[in-house]
Amino acid sequence: MKFAVIVFPGSNCDIDMYHAIKDELGEEAEYVWHDEGDLSSYDGILLPGGFSYGDYLRSGSIARFSNVMKEVVKAAEEGKPVLGVCNGFQILLEAGLLPGAMLRNKELKFMCRTVGLRVENAKTMFTSDYEKDQVIQIPIAHGEGNYYCDDATFNELKENGQIAFTYEGTNPNGSLGDIAGITNAKGNVLGMMPHPERAVDSLLGSADGLKLFQSIVKHWRDSNVVTA
Amino acid sequence: MSLLLEPTAQNIKDEKIYKEMGLTDEEFGLVEKILGRLPNYTELGLFSVMWSEHCSYKNSKPLLKKFPVTGEQVLQGPGEGAGIVDIGDGQAVAFKIESHNHPSAIEPYQGAATGVGGIIRDVFSMGARPIAILNSLRFGELDSARVRYLFEEVVAGIAGYGNCIGIPTVGGEIQFDASYDGNPLVNAMCVGLIDHKDIQKGQAKGVGNTVMYVGAKTGRDGIHGATFASEELSDASEEKRPAVQVGDPFMEKLLLEACLELIKSDALIGIQDMGAAGLTSSSAEMASKAGSGIEMNLDLVPQRETGMTAYEMMLSESQERMLIVIEKGREQEIQELFHKYDLDAVAVGYVTDDHNLRLTHNGEVVADVPVDALAEDAPVYHKPSSEPAYYREFQAMENKEPEVENVEETLLALLKQPTIASKEWVYDQYDYQVRTNTIVTPGSDAAVLRIRGTEKALAMTTDCNSRYLYLDPETGGKIAVAEASRNIICSGGKPLAITDCLNFGSPDKPEIFWQMEKAVDGMSEACRELNSPVIGGNVSLYNETNGTAVYPTPVVGMVGLIDNVKHITTQSFKKAGDLVYLIGDTKTEFGGSELQKLVHGKIFGKAPELNLDIEKLRQQQLLEAIQQGLVASAHDLAEGGLAVALAESAFGTDGLGVEAEIDGSAVTALFSETQSRFLVSVSPEHKEAFEALVDAAHIGHVTAQSAIFVRNGGQAVINRPVKDFEDSWRGAISCLLS
Amino acid sequence: MIKVKIHVTLRESVLDPQGTAVKSSLHALNYHEVQDVRIGKYLEVTLEPTDRPIDEVVKEMCERLLANTVIENYEYEVEEAVTK
Repeated sequence: MKFAVIVFPGSNCDIDMYHAIKDELGEEAEYVWHDEGDLSSYDGILLPGGFSYGDYLRSGSIARFSNVMKEVVKAAEEGKPVLGVCNGFQILLEAGLLPGAMLRNKELKFMCRTVGLRVENAKTMFTSDYEKDQVIQIPIAHGEGNYYCDDATFNELKENGQIAFTYEGTNPNGSLGDIAGITNAKGNVLGMMPHPERAVDSLLGSADGLKLFQSIVKHWRDSNVVTA
Repeated sequence: MSLLLEPTAQNIKDEKIYKEMGLTDEEFGLVEKILGRLPNYTELGLFSVMWSEHCSYKNSKPLLKKFPVTGEQVLQGPGEGAGIVDIGDGQAVAFKIESHNHPSAIEPYQGAATGVGGIIRDVFSMGARPIAILNSLRFGELDSARVRYLFEEVVAGIAGYGNCIGIPTVGGEIQFDASYDGNPLVNAMCVGLIDHKDIQKGQAKGVGNTVMYVGAKTGRDGIHGATFASEELSDASEEKRPAVQVGDPFMEKLLLEACLELIKSDALIGIQDMGAAGLTSSSAEMASKAGSGIEMNLDLVPQRETGMTAYEMMLSESQERMLIVIEKGREQEIQELFHKYDLDAVAVGYVTDDHNLRLTHNGEVVADVPVDALAEDAPVYHKPSSEPAYYREFQAMENKEPEVENVEETLLALLKQPTIASKEWVYDQYDYQVRTNTIVTPGSDAAVLRIRGTEKALAMTTDCNSRYLYLDPETGGKIAVAEASRNIICSGGKPLAITDCLNFGSPDKPEIFWQMEKAVDGMSEACRELNSPVIGGNVSLYNETNGTAVYPTPVVGMVGLIDNVKHITTQSFKKAGDLVYLIGDTKTEFGGSELQKLVHGKIFGKAPELNLDIEKLRQQQLLEAIQQGLVASAHDLAEGGLAVALAESAFGTDGLGVEAEIDGSAVTALFSETQSRFLVSVSPEHKEAFEALVDAAHIGHVTAQSAIFVRNGGQAVINRPVKDFEDSWRGAISCLLS
Repeated sequence: MIKVKIHVTLRESVLDPQGTAVKSSLHALNYHEVQDVRIGKYLEVTLEPTDRPIDEVVKEMCERLLANTVIENYEYEVEEAVTK
């Protein structure tokens, strides 16, 4: 499976995503610069964390107008897996590929720590390798991860099983309903604040994030690869 | 528009305007002699910044010469953006520490942020990929609202810059003491990784080659920052706010990526950061190092504001800019490279052979000055030095134990002291994981980062206990280096080299200059003994507020090499049943200790002694044991002595505790700050091998009961759940801030 | 030239932690009369007049980029004839 790691000016978790795919998952990955106009040769799209355009104006607000975002929208419409982590999640929200918006953390501070995440929906193409209600350890590192949406949207997210992950125990940023990650209605776009790509090697503390990537690959193989 | 008319050369002399720029009568006379005429206003500006202490080290040069700067591992010593040390396999590590004290005292967020930005540029201007940031911070006591504001904003500034640019802030140290009340210290260190073949120099070689300006546009910010850094702070300093620059980490991220791409181009001849004294120092130093000259047309300099004068452009300290020299004729490809990142890259001049810096503006030559005069020929001062009276008094004092009623309560109180307490409130705000190499995160003795694609890792730390230095600068200087080395050893690394940031008061005072001299003597000796040469650093003087100096604070930043990630060791106990050992004897030494400060509210007496031969032997033995896989945990004994080390080793272990037996006076055994000591735990299966290799006293074992239990002659002196201690320690700083 | 002054604020229904922090800080400074603080952004946009009505252009800019209408409201005023 071949992944595109989209690089915006100011992205800084692109290298982490790239190595998670290449070194730990053992799949193909390529960096794609934000002004690229074609993503058709990739099977999965990854929007990494960082501070695209310095987070100026609002996180993700400028990046969503990059050339490559038209292609990301197209890939999402085609049903390809699209994963946005941290700033990538913020960009997906700004681009309207996921509902809601992001506010500053309730403590108004950037926070970097490893948190527990509860797998709320283990039936998505991103979470099928986990068990429902399994608690996994994944690092967060953000200043604006306080997810917000209106009541109607929140009810919809709940009813459709679009809430993929919630924070277990203390909610670090004040997000609505302890939301840590959501998918679109179709289930092929996932945005999450925690960094699964930072949790792929136990040398660095946790390898709980690896199953998320393995789920994507498994889903892709099941639907695209013919086995004899 | 700049409406003020610049004074004429004659005005400058008659009205002694040079004094406002920090030049003395003698120095002005020297400028006149070098030029063979009176300097104009722009030229005077060039001299005043290049001859400031910050750029010229005119007061500290005679001392800096004492540092050992060579070693077989050293690829680049002091003099370039950063020093570089070999780590084998064609790879090397580049690192440097630098101060941003004065700007941070005035505008803490931006002062700290631009300090981080500046040190990162120093490292990538060498061609290295920055992989980690550390810092060393000093503030007054947290009971003052102003200090709390400075502390919170400095931390936010470091976080704001480092997080955005995507370089992990992995470690550092923070101490609080009243001597830093009005003059906080903000030292930032950056570590980079580089292949030998990519090492760059800041040299303007090859007559006719093109000088290009890359990065952010020039504004009026930070004019005379270098001179400002070389003055004492006073209540009037607040008015100097315009001198503080504003950082743009997003711009720097682009500049970083563009420059690292540029490094791969054979069109590049030389590259240097426009840091302190901006365009002036970068151009003059690059030409001086190459034995060439540079001519620049200032009309071509990208400008953010209108009507800037030559003086303003040359002295601006706008951030996120670099000066590069490239092969003539290849400007186009360089411009295209930078345009990919939306950055300016403009040819502003060329390399000449007349050893002068010549500047034109609006069609006129506005400055024509020998580059060596600016970069090399600043006067060097051998300041008078005299031993302060307080030192003699302190040396005459007997070492006595502070009076303690209850050692258990005392340990609780010590753990709440902000200098000892957990700094989680701080590092929680730093992204210490980005780039996914950080194996040992902040809070341990040293941070450890893996080197991707190898078995190796780097350990890094910053250290300096300035209380010891105040009591006895020579011994304190030795201790600073030895402690950094201990932290590297405890992580499983072999020290490679150090970078230092010498923060002192005014060198014009003989007692302060004496502190500098002695501290440098002590550090030099320790560096030689522990085979850790000084590969670069920075001097920050005039750290005084209204006439009172900070404690002498020569911060040591050290990097060590861990041959194999398997050797990485942390301070936390690992398993119940492991044996606990104390390496090193304990004497009654409380001068400058945390307990002395707690009990007496001040420090006095003799600093703890340090025997470098013993230090070296113990470090070698411990490292050998770690490398042989015999050691489960290792922690150096520092502030608060054995009791604090026992507690810290039990924290964060999810249910482990410790049982230990001490003898003699409990206060000395538990809280003395005798040097060259370590607390280690060893699995019982390695008992014999460990004891054969290391001289250590078996004092107890790790338990499955989460309690700290210490007996003295059979009688319990501490017996309390780990949680009680850990809660005090973890919550102390946020408690003081709210 | 036309100068447009744009204020972007958080919608009433959205919690503003920054505003709340500033409010407590003002209370700590003894301004007990302070009932509420909301923090927003102020932008000045200078632009050349075009064939399109200025209101249409500004609204479009706000909706597309300058404000995120999921969480933010915007208001603006147009100042004509900025001389340079």
